Amino acid sequence: MTEVKSPEVPAPPAAVPGELTEATSRWGRLRPFLPLVALAVALLLPYSTLHLPGIFEGALNSPGTLQLLAVCLVFGGLAAGYDLLFGRTGMLSFGHALYFAAGVYGTDILITRFGLSLWQAAPLAIIGGTILAGLLGAVALRTVGIAFAMVTLAFAQVGAILVARDFGGLTGGEEGLPLDVAGLPDGLVGVANTVNLYWLALAYLAVVVLVVHRVSASPTGRVLAGLRDDERRIGVLGLDPYRFKLVAFTLAGGLAAAGGVVYCLIVGGASPHITGSELTLSLLVMVVLGGPGTRWGPVLGGIGYMYLDHRLVSFGTSDAVDALPAFLSRPLSEPLFVLGTVFILAVYFFPGGLASLTSRLSLLRDSLRPGTRR
Amino acid sequence: MDTIILLTLTGLGLAALYFLVASGLSLVFGLADVLNFAHGLFLGVGAYATWWAAGNLPGAGPDGLGFVVAVAFGVAAGTLMAVLVELVLIRPLYSRTIEQVLVTVGLSLAGVALLQATWGADARPFPRPAWTREVTSILGAQVPNGGLLLIVAALLVLGAILAFLRWTRYGLIIRAGVENREMVTALGIDVRKAFTLVFAIGGAAAALAGSLGSVYFGTVSPQQGGSLLIFAFIVVVIGGMGSVVGSAYAAVAVGLLQQFVNYYGTSGLGDICVVALLAVVLLLRPQGIAGKAVTA
Repeated sequence: MTEVKSPEVPAPPAAVPGELTEATSRWGRLRPFLPLVALAVALLLPYSTLHLPGIFEGALNSPGTLQLLAVCLVFGGLAAGYDLLFGRTGMLSFGHALYFAAGVYGTDILITRFGLSLWQAAPLAIIGGTILAGLLGAVALRTVGIAFAMVTLAFAQVGAILVARDFGGLTGGEEGLPLDVAGLPDGLVGVANTVNLYWLALAYLAVVVLVVHRVSASPTGRVLAGLRDDERRIGVLGLDPYRFKLVAFTLAGGLAAAGGVVYCLIVGGASPHITGSELTLSLLVMVVLGGPGTRWGPVLGGIGYMYLDHRLVSFGTSDAVDALPAFLSRPLSEPLFVLGTVFILAVYFFPGGLASLTSRLSLLRDSLRPGTRR
Repeated sequence: MDTIILLTLTGLGLAALYFLVASGLSLVFGLADVLNFAHGLFLGVGAYATWWAAGNLPGAGPDGLGFVVAVAFGVAAGTLMAVLVELVLIRPLYSRTIEQVLVTVGLSLAGVALLQATWGADARPFPRPAWTREVTSILGAQVPNGGLLLIVAALLVLGAILAFLRWTRYGLIIRAGVENREMVTALGIDVRKAFTLVFAIGGAAAALAGSLGSVYFGTVSPQQGGSLLIFAFIVVVIGGMGSVVGSAYAAVAVGLLQQFVNYYGTSGLGDICVVALLAVVLLLRPQGIAGKAVTA
């Protein structure tokens, strides 16, 4: 047997312009600190009186803007929690709204109807939501794939019916249940204290991101990623897929319930539309738009989606849109039409979502730059 | 006694509505593995097209032959919509199940918003023939004619679909494809034509459900499809995905259960019983009443 060896040709050193390497490496060093910088900016934001016309209605520290931002942050956290199921474990659950609603209505009912204080109600609501997720997950996970999606959808539908029909006079039915502020600490009551709610929402987002990152970096997280890629293989390795999926489902349910508690405080009550399947569908849209299974994609997707959902209403009624012919201006005034269309386009053309945008853009930039070898 | 007859017949009317939506869903899922969230949109398109035709289309109207023309226009619009959705949106994502679900989710959000933008979010009165508002006396019970119309239509659709599946070449291909799609492809048959066909059938049945359901309720609104769709999903799972006969049985069971429990128990309890039935069926017989085994 003869071994044919081509003579070793030393590869020419890649010609990279000096200023480029400098910038890239500096960027690479800075990158891990970017989330911390973003967190610091978000923490300090309520101290700014900056006006951003067109982006927000009032100054950055006006209560209206802060409330909008707080809702966006909560949904960023919710999307990150949902991604633990969809993006990291590959479970398509259509019932995530149920556990969020358990947090919202649990807090609201315990405070308003039973007169508990927030410090008693919030842990009870979170624990209750987690247990609910564990029990229902134990049943639903006996099915897989599309059947699992259907069962979770049906369970969430029961929750929506229970809330809307007002069994036992607890939920307030179609009108919803405004939160009784007597049970709340003073710092969370009143328009002037919106800033505290904003910080609370930011803390929730930070906790969810931290938990999701810790879990996905742990050995359990590697098993979950394995379940997403090939469930049979995990079974062959001697691990029980059912248990790991139940852990992920329960954890995601608990995170959603905690988000419900914060959301209940921000909007000051509960309304039945948060129990519907539309909420779960919009969580799915957030995760896919942001980039499933990525570190920051779902968070950005959730924040961006909620921001657009609120702001597109005023965009749709603005003069620029009203001046368009009716067949254009009417659909554009429906936020869900715009978001749904963007979502369909994203599924086709940006399968990785927002998070894949940087790598795509750098590819584009490289191919446009003359004289570089790729 | 006449209460029981009335409840049975109105329950069957509800079952007819569920069956019309679920039969198409079940065929589409059984053959093409597409969980179609946009099915409620086909229903909405059918209802609004009928409503529009009754007022604007020459030859169509709210009464007599004009009503038939209006319903036919609505069904044609729903069918066209379904075929377009399959050709333009679903086909490029062939065999990528999750992406297909996502696209239909986006389509249902955008489509309902578009209906809402065009005709407003509020329910509108639906033009319907005078006789559908009256009641027929059957064994002492006063049964609304709109419900009877739904039952007759559902029976006709069931018969037509079964005859089509049993006695035509394409019906054979669809039945074989539900059983084992790879084998049909291996025999050199282009199974994707059958996909378009089941979407057309499903779109037509859903559009018929939309227009006749609007006759029954007397109003048409953009959200109508979405609320029916969840129960149609439940019917599909209970009946077994891919089985039209299973869907029919499950629709009858769900419709009657819902109607009777909602009447004798608290309002809303029937809906919960339906979900409990779903849970029981899934735990005892995960493939549904008449379906093939559901695999991942």
